[in-house]
Amino acid sequence: MILLGLDLFEPYHFAFFRNGVLVATIAGALCGVLGVFVVLRGMSYIGHGLSHAVFGGAAASAVMGLNYFVGAGVWGVWSGVLIGRIARRRIIGADAAIGVVTTASFALGLALLNRYGQAKKSIEAVLFGSVLGVKTSDIIAVTVVTVVVVIIVVMAYRKMVFATFDPDVAEVTGVQVQWVEALLMVMLSLTILVTMRVIGTLLISALLVIPASVSRMTTNSIARMLWVSPAVGAASGFIGMNMAYHLDTSVSATIILVAAAMFAVVYGATGVRGRVRISALHHV
Amino acid sequence: MTKLVECRHLTCAYGNAVVVKDVDLAITSGEFVGVVGPSGSGKTTLLKAILKSIAPTHGHIDHSPGLRLAYVPQVETVDWNFPVTVTEVVVMTQSQGRWWPRITNAERSATEQMLERLGLGGLGNRHIRELSGGQQQRVFIARALFHQPDLLVLDEPTSGVDVRTRHDLMHLLADLNEGGMSILLTTHDLNGLAAHLPRLVCLNTTVIADGAPNEVLTPAVLEQTYGAPMEVLIHGGMPVVLEHGADEISRRLSRRSAS
Ligand SMILES: Nc1ncnc2c1ncn2[C@@H]1O[C@H](COP(=O)(O)OP(=O)(O)O)[C@@H](O)[C@H]1O
Ligand SMILES: [Mg+2]
Repeated sequence: MILLGLDLFEPYHFAFFRNGVLVATIAGALCGVLGVFVVLRGMSYIGHGLSHAVFGGAAASAVMGLNYFVGAGVWGVWSGVLIGRIARRRIIGADAAIGVVTTASFALGLALLNRYGQAKKSIEAVLFGSVLGVKTSDIIAVTVVTVVVVIIVVMAYRKMVFATFDPDVAEVTGVQVQWVEALLMVMLSLTILVTMRVIGTLLISALLVIPASVSRMTTNSIARMLWVSPAVGAASGFIGMNMAYHLDTSVSATIILVAAAMFAVVYGATGVRGRVRISALHHV
Repeated sequence: MTKLVECRHLTCAYGNAVVVKDVDLAITSGEFVGVVGPSGSGKTTLLKAILKSIAPTHGHIDHSPGLRLAYVPQVETVDWNFPVTVTEVVVMTQSQGRWWPRITNAERSATEQMLERLGLGGLGNRHIRELSGGQQQRVFIARALFHQPDLLVLDEPTSGVDVRTRHDLMHLLADLNEGGMSILLTTHDLNGLAAHLPRLVCLNTTVIADGAPNEVLTPAVLEQTYGAPMEVLIHGGMPVVLEHGADEISRRLSRRSAS
């Protein structure tokens, strides 16, 4: 198909691009699903912190010659559960402590890559993501995590909603809120782990927040948000990837810009009603 | 009569600040108990300890085996912007052994019956923010009742509602209690609510008095509970609490407007 002198199918001749589109689209949907819970819990700073922590783990595992998914995965899940527990106890200054520790992990990752890594290229790839680096193992990883997350969210839907809306009452009514929260943190860590190679560390928290905020403006029902948000995420991933090829821009930046453009359109279209709905989202 | 809940030497603290101290309290099946005290006296903390949602620093809380509890939080603590409808809130408690989240037809009709019973008929698809204060309060009572509790626990159920709503709410709670449900609530509304209950616990960090309203609503107990002198009149056999010196304030203010 030719549009404005561009052959829209041209990049699909390349295997790397086909893989990249697939991963970006699935990653957008995955971030969209979990983003709903991240946004409604006012946890976006945790998504931000967690991606920085995972970066440290990724760098350390690269330097030690460990497999990325093993090294960064263990570190990411461990720090995710720990961060979740600290945040849950609502200790004064917990946000600051989480910020300091995850930033330190990020800084340590940078320093390790400077000292022992293969120079700038790999750092840039982890910070901003890279399509060229997408391997079959990435496609498998993001697909497996997406399937697992969807199954868990469907099966534990009411518990997750209850624990998000009203944790004290959920606890009293027999929901194991601690486990629900730990599960959410594990899913979040795994999501960041498998999407980071395409989206990069720096912009992943935006992909968790923007599609969910767009969906919140369109509806007053969490059930509907859980359909709209992954659709917006997937569309951002797909469109962003294609545009990045033609405009020769950074993939992650383009994906986020597409998501931000959808936000702007919906913000304008839903008017005051949409604005009231997202005004209640904390920390977005 | 079985004891549903028993606290022995219960002490709770946030960090170093002890807010509930050495409380002994038992609630037996069929009772209707009100906890009264000024704001900050530890009422909510006591409820949360009884519900085992916070751990005591000393003492014990025992629940009778298999006790089903339901909690109606203070409306001020609810996130009214959360994207859920009335029906979604009511069915939230039904989460055991479910593989598909959709609300079943059976649940939908049970919810409609419950909403009807609480005077919320036809409001099932409303977003929770699109309700009046009294309706919001009743949605959370509906959710609690949907869980079929033995003991219903409510935190300040009449705070911020008008006289008529308070009246309806008390009739609802009285009906439930007559139907065999045990109820524990907190309030700072002495005349509107507490004086009508069969048993009151006056709390100010520790239990100052525990008994029927005409036993515990005395100037001595109230002064110890509220830290301010109060007067008690008996009206139709029921105690009515008056703030000491209220007439003095009105005299001063009317003198100002006269001059
Ligand atoms: N989560 C908390 N952390 C620290 N202090 C708290 C917390 N919750 C309540 N408090 C303090 O404990 C005291 C008792 O509070 P609360 O049980 O809410 O009293 P009440 O419900 O009677 O108003 C108050 O001084 C309050 O500031
Ligand atoms: Mg309170």
